[in-house]
Amino acid sequence: MATTVIPFGPQHPVLPEPVHLTLKVEDEIVKEAIPALGYVHRGLEKLADIRDYHQMIQVCERVCGICSMIHAVCYSQGIEELMEVEVPKRAEMLRVIWSELHRSHSHLLWLGLFADAFGFESLFMQFWKVRERIMDINEATTGSRVIVSVNVIGGVRADLSPDQIRWILSEIDIVEKEVRALQDTIMNDYTVKARTVGVGVLSKEDAYLLGAAGPTLRGSGVAQDMRMLGYGGYAELDFEPVVETSGDCWARSTVRFRETLQSIDLVRQAIAKLPEGELAAKVKGNPPEGEVYTRVEQPRGECVYYIKGNGTKHLDRLRIRTPTFANIPPLLAMLPGCELADVPVIVLSIDPCISCTER
Amino acid sequence: MLFTPTVIKNLLKKPATRLYPFTVREPFPNYRGELYIDIDACIFCGTCARKCPSQCIEVDKEQGLWTCNPHACVYCGICRDTCPTKCLHMKDVHRKPMTERIMMVEKGEPPKKKKPAAKPEAKAEGTEAAEPKSGSAAAPETAKAEAPAEKVEAKKPDAKKPEAKKK
Repeated sequence: MATTVIPFGPQHPVLPEPVHLTLKVEDEIVKEAIPALGYVHRGLEKLADIRDYHQMIQVCERVCGICSMIHAVCYSQGIEELMEVEVPKRAEMLRVIWSELHRSHSHLLWLGLFADAFGFESLFMQFWKVRERIMDINEATTGSRVIVSVNVIGGVRADLSPDQIRWILSEIDIVEKEVRALQDTIMNDYTVKARTVGVGVLSKEDAYLLGAAGPTLRGSGVAQDMRMLGYGGYAELDFEPVVETSGDCWARSTVRFRETLQSIDLVRQAIAKLPEGELAAKVKGNPPEGEVYTRVEQPRGECVYYIKGNGTKHLDRLRIRTPTFANIPPLLAMLPGCELADVPVIVLSIDPCISCTER
Repeated sequence: MLFTPTVIKNLLKKPATRLYPFTVREPFPNYRGELYIDIDACIFCGTCARKCPSQCIEVDKEQGLWTCNPHACVYCGICRDTCPTKCLHMKDVHRKPMTERIMMVEKGEPPKKKKPAAKPEAKAEGTEAAEPKSGSAAAPETAKAEAPAEKVEAKKPDAKKPEAKKK
């Protein structure tokens, strides 16, 4: 059988961001996929040379357009560890609340895009309609829909008033109800299952060996979630990772769907345990010489920050490893053997965030 | 037949979205929109310029000039939060799309060289300006404040147009 080479991306209707895959195809069956990255490299890590360590928070938020809060939390945690700053308990809980709101809206966005990838456009609209309520919560409580910009080194710079907390609780109740109404369609619908069940299977061993992260890993049956480390306020919350075992696109979408509901639950728990107190600790001086690794759980998986300080206000090195970077080798393992028509669904099932990956 | 109830429900229900240009949602009160300065309360300390992560603000203490490139601004609100006299504010709506590049240049009175007399005055004014929190209340006040201050346009003569329109 002759081999045909089909370029997939960087501009493709299903891809929100540019990644190129060279697909070697034999009679509609993909035999090999070769990725090419580098279309949206912005050099954000290098900005650590000219922006001081406080200003880098705003830069780190812009690594990802969806989970900005979680990047900022990861970076702040690193600097706080380096400078031995103790974050007030209230600030930690507020960070959890906004992080989980980000996770749930990221998952809702992805569920919509995933529905669109297999051509279920009305489901896409329904998910995005639900997501709007969470965006409104972000906007009302922080001042911006996506780049919430509430983190500072040592805490947060926005607070939730009792009125806002009551409003958030009533809104997330509606969100939960509306998300549950879509559960049957995304998990049990015949057409959806025909496109997702058994497509792009990644075995548990492969997922672990290839270093998959986040829902891609948990969809293959490995219970690994950075929130289990209990960073920030997560130690005080009742948390258990969501795991599915079939390792296909259906499992990955189900993990994300259940995590959306779990995030809403975590927001409720965090609000119930929100202590009174300071919002931010005083931070003096510059990060000392030394290096630190921090890990947090992003909607897409484990995100690692390496920070090296040199005693000045500029950092020596900032290195960001995002979950999509870890999920590209598993993606390349999923593709061989699938049909060409399933490629968009499989590519989207890892929730590719290419801007994150290239920073 | 299975879909009939859903179809009928959808025909009778209101649309899920707003009819946008005709119905516009009320902005949230602390939305981080367009940045503006109450130049009379400014003491030209330069804190905003130093703290700004996108380095879009320049402060000239000698001449009493405050310059901001609104296209480089990332609307984080750090300058507003760190301003010692609370003379920076953000509107609760974002800037309208523009066809030309502008620079916001505001000219105020530079602080006197020996400043014990000038400083308490500026501070008192600053706390006054900080009190009204909602955008609608703050806007007319700055309109008043801006009027006496001389405005210098850097590149385009219509630099203030979008602001003027909104008021």
